[in-house]
Amino acid sequence: MLKGLFDLKRWTALIEVIPENYIPGFLMTLRTALAGLLLALILGVIFGLMSTSHNKILRAISRVYVEFFQNTPLALQVVFYYSCLPILLGGTGFRMPKFILGMMGVGIYHGAYISEVIRTGIEAVPRGQSEAAQSQGFSYLQTMAWIIFPQTLKIILPPLANQALNLVKNTSALALVAGMDLMYYTDSWATSRGYFAQAYFFSALLYFIMCYPLARLARYLEIKAIRQPVAKASLRKEIEEAVS
Amino acid sequence: MADFVKIEHLSKNFGDFEALKDIDLTVKEGEKLVIIGPSGSGKSTLIRCMNYLEEPTSGTVTIEGEVLSRKNRRELAKKYSAMVFQQFNLYPHLTVLENLILAPMKLQHVSRKDAVAEAMKCLKRVGLEEKAYMYPNQLSGGQQQRVAIARALCTRQKLILFDEPTSALDPEMVQEVLNVMIELAKDNITMVVVTHEMGFARQVADRVIFLHRGQIIEEGTPEHFFTNPENDRTKEFLSKIIH
Ligand SMILES: Nc1ncnc2c1ncn2[C@@H]1O[C@H](COP(=O)(O)OP(=O)(O)O)[C@@H](O)[C@H]1O
Ligand SMILES: [Mg+2]
Repeated sequence: MLKGLFDLKRWTALIEVIPENYIPGFLMTLRTALAGLLLALILGVIFGLMSTSHNKILRAISRVYVEFFQNTPLALQVVFYYSCLPILLGGTGFRMPKFILGMMGVGIYHGAYISEVIRTGIEAVPRGQSEAAQSQGFSYLQTMAWIIFPQTLKIILPPLANQALNLVKNTSALALVAGMDLMYYTDSWATSRGYFAQAYFFSALLYFIMCYPLARLARYLEIKAIRQPVAKASLRKEIEEAVS
Repeated sequence: MADFVKIEHLSKNFGDFEALKDIDLTVKEGEKLVIIGPSGSGKSTLIRCMNYLEEPTSGTVTIEGEVLSRKNRRELAKKYSAMVFQQFNLYPHLTVLENLILAPMKLQHVSRKDAVAEAMKCLKRVGLEEKAYMYPNQLSGGQQQRVAIARALCTRQKLILFDEPTSALDPEMVQEVLNVMIELAKDNITMVVVTHEMGFARQVADRVIFLHRGQIIEEGTPEHFFTNPENDRTKEFLSKIIH
């Protein structure tokens, strides 16, 4: 193993396959992650809001979504979309594009987690805030937009960055259905040539490049969330102008 | 004086529990009404029905001839009433000034410049002009509550509801808030105040009502409550809060 690790020939072989294997895989993973994150955010906001509404049915629907997708493996969900969904959709032999499959896989799965992040974020804002807003005549949406959500945002940004990080890593489940992603290319080259150490080390490096900035971002947001603003000096001039 | 708030046969249940039982009450324009009563007697519930923070189980609340409903509660809140809460409920992500101008700008569509000018006038009235660009968490409890009063003032509402505005304050800060309210009472604003500050009631109130288990069991001038309350429960309650 160690001998194989330092074998120059194997590293050269790796470098040769970077353009045709690793770069398309990396880009596919990146694209899937970005689209999946967008989908996850949309689902997370919708179901997160539903879970804080006064309507029992909406709350129940959101609960079922969250519990179902949090408590079954992502790998199983992806395989399900790949093999069962086309049959359910009519069985015309249609195969979903891998990109869509990946986006759905991580998007729906992480949407469930993000929904919970958003629910707890909204619930962390004291009830008095929406009562004050309501007493001033703000509608539900106005209250959310100007009063609740800005306060929620500070609380939820760090866990959201963590979700994004996990989402990137979890795109690797796509390899199970030949998803043309980084993990898939890594696996296929590793097994075809037998250069496992090179294949996986390099792949790990590429995942790390995507994930590490997100980890730093999460940390930065955490620190920022704790800090309390003191004053807004920019208002001073405005006040002087308005009063004069 | 015209009736400003008219409450008729108002009841409010929480599950099986009757928090308010068939309340009838009228508040005239410009009147200063003080509501007293033991904890849990329904004071908050009553005052919160006046801006529909609580939905009545039955009965009606009419403001300037319009019956409050789920549909028009926002319109009526925007037009007529403001509320000052026990816990201040300032918006912590906004500066003091921004707390004051949010509603005028977004709801009354006042220009930012005019809203700022009006907000500064209101802050001056509560003596906190120099805190305009600070955030609420930088202020003491008393200062926060004075900002909350300024916020209620700067939309120029005719009716201001106060739910125990000094109960969450350290004792040394109570008076500064009461002083602001006493000043305010000189205006023609209609004030409904839940409070146990009998000194304030005596100085400001046109009328005091005593609530007990969801019913108004005694009402009269502050003098009446100080000199010859009739109901035994009122006497008992007053003996506890007046030292
Ligand atoms: N949201 C609620 N759910 C259930 N019970 C409530 C609710 N709000 C108030 N109550 C009950 O109604 C009664 C009156 O409450 P409240 O109006 O807050 O009293 P007060 O302000 O006079 O102390 C209390 O017994 C309280 O427990
Ligand atoms: Mg109360």
